[in-house]
Amino acid sequence: MEEGQYKKLWWEIILATLGFSMIPLLILGIVNYQQFSSSYTARSMEDMKTMAENRAASIDFFFEERVSQLSSLANTHSLEMLKNEDYLHRIFNIIQSRSRSYLDLGVIDQGGNHLAYVGPYHDILKSVNYKNEEWFHQVMSTGVYISDVFLGFRKVPHFIIAVLVLEKNQSWILRATIDSDIIDNMVQAAWIGKHGDAFIINKNNILQTVPRFSGKLLEQPRTPDFAAATGTQVEMVGNGVDYLYATSLIKLKKWVLVVKEDPTEQLTPLLRARFIAALIALGGLLLIVGGAVLTTRAMMKELLRVERQKATSDEMLLQSHKMAALGKMAAGIAHEINNPLAVIREKAGWVKDLLKTEDISKSANFQEFAEAMDKIEHHINRAKTITHRLLGFARRLEPVAQRVNINGILEESVSFLEHEARYRNIDIRMDYAPDLPTVESDAAQLQQVFLNILNNAIDAIGKNGEINLRTNLISKTNTISVEIADNGPGIPKEALNKIFDPFFTTKEVGKGTGLGLSISFSIMEKLGGRIMVASEEGKGTTFTIYLPAT
Amino acid sequence: MEKFRLMVVDDEVDFLETIVKRLQARGIDVTGVESGYQALEVLDQRSPDVIILDVKMPGMDGIETLREIKKKKPLTEVIMLTGHASVESGIQGMQLGAFDYVMKPIALDELLEKVRQAYEKKLLQEGQS
Repeated sequence: MEEGQYKKLWWEIILATLGFSMIPLLILGIVNYQQFSSSYTARSMEDMKTMAENRAASIDFFFEERVSQLSSLANTHSLEMLKNEDYLHRIFNIIQSRSRSYLDLGVIDQGGNHLAYVGPYHDILKSVNYKNEEWFHQVMSTGVYISDVFLGFRKVPHFIIAVLVLEKNQSWILRATIDSDIIDNMVQAAWIGKHGDAFIINKNNILQTVPRFSGKLLEQPRTPDFAAATGTQVEMVGNGVDYLYATSLIKLKKWVLVVKEDPTEQLTPLLRARFIAALIALGGLLLIVGGAVLTTRAMMKELLRVERQKATSDEMLLQSHKMAALGKMAAGIAHEINNPLAVIREKAGWVKDLLKTEDISKSANFQEFAEAMDKIEHHINRAKTITHRLLGFARRLEPVAQRVNINGILEESVSFLEHEARYRNIDIRMDYAPDLPTVESDAAQLQQVFLNILNNAIDAIGKNGEINLRTNLISKTNTISVEIADNGPGIPKEALNKIFDPFFTTKEVGKGTGLGLSISFSIMEKLGGRIMVASEEGKGTTFTIYLPAT
Repeated sequence: MEKFRLMVVDDEVDFLETIVKRLQARGIDVTGVESGYQALEVLDQRSPDVIILDVKMPGMDGIETLREIKKKKPLTEVIMLTGHASVESGIQGMQLGAFDYVMKPIALDELLEKVRQAYEKKLLQEGQS
């Protein structure tokens, strides 16, 4: 397979793995978060709504209490009694002792004149006529009046409550000024967190209490206009930054209580949940990516290994087919040459026989004839040696287990390469152990291994050098060792552990398949032996082959 | 003058003629034939002691001829001769009772030595039977 195809397959596997594992993860994360988010938001909004409702109710309750206190005071006393400022003072003290919210108390007749007054502004207010005041008309027509908050002379936010009393044929008004501090306090209890706010606005969207952030008393708040709110409701409003607003109506005064919250604060647990979910998703993502990369890498490695193994065995098969064909051809040629050789030999022999018998022995050229015949016989023998070696080669290509003489095979392998070595001025020295036992092995395959290594040695040296062959019997382990050492340039360290890998070659393209040593390695494994290499750069390389001496 | 009767079977006429001439020159009673069929005929007429038999021949090949010879005259010794050193045919020949197996080209004196050994073996076996 091509490099590019591997890359493509790698990406396909990675992407498929990532796709199939990440999509469910993301869906799970998003759905989970959405569910949690919607339920959590609903709950926190519900909480705000309840709080706003409760606050508004307690403020309502406060107003009702004041109004009923005043009206019971007015209705249990006669105008005559309350006109007396001393008496009124006593009553003021009594109610003041119960609730410090009262600032003053006044009694006003139907003409708007102050009949009695208890409070800090006695001199100023005593003489004021309220006949033309808005609140006076209101109280005359509705019986009860609660004012908006105002600063008045006191420069303290306060409001008034007035109740109308009908006594016989006259009516009069009991009026109290109440410090709005108390309402402020009640509202301030709803300032939640660091950015929460709560305040009351009137129908004209004017602040009735001091807000925390949203503006100044008696001014318009810096929030959307909620003055028209009717029931209790919660909504998310904002431009740029969203805030949660809960509004609730204070029924007695038609004021609106506004509670404002920073959703990021209110929903902090939710945001944390979002953060954690994102973190887990990210962690999962990294894990999946890591896992995918690791498994894919392992898979590709295995694939590559199998592919290489297959290539090696293919190559070995091809090689053995080639060798078998070569063997057949060699045998055929040897046979075809042997027959005419035999004829030539017989003819030469016949001529020699004749030379012995006839008178030719006396001829002048007899010596020449005899010498020529000897030469012919000599060269027939030479040709015979070649054809017999060819036949021996062909015979050994058939895989068989036989008793083999390692020294003999080594010698024969050398004889194949002798010519090449001589041509390159490479000296092949042999140091054979004479007492080497024969081993049960496959001579042809052993020869292939020897030839491979010798060939490499000759190629490594190039020109001028020597190859030392040594055989040995290691009696301790009952192993035969064959050492093939060259004094070539050696193998670099980083290449040394790759030389038995298939397709590893240092020869130029087209010269070597990179399979020679790989095939030799597997042959030796098959034969129950081992092949080892030692090399030093600049000094040479030594291959050692170990075979069990059976 | 050797006492044994020899027959050479080979389809290569040049080889056959020459070797017969050379053997006769050495005073050996030898007949040369070109095929397995002729060999079997001559076997009946002359009953040679030793036969030199080429393995590869057209028609009836050496192995087949050997089988027939051993059927008719089991005591006749046969030396197989071939240009091809195939192990199987060698082993097969030996199993069928050939005395030895030699490869072409072979020096005549070596061959004669083998023939003498074969004849001695034949004499020994005849003496026993």
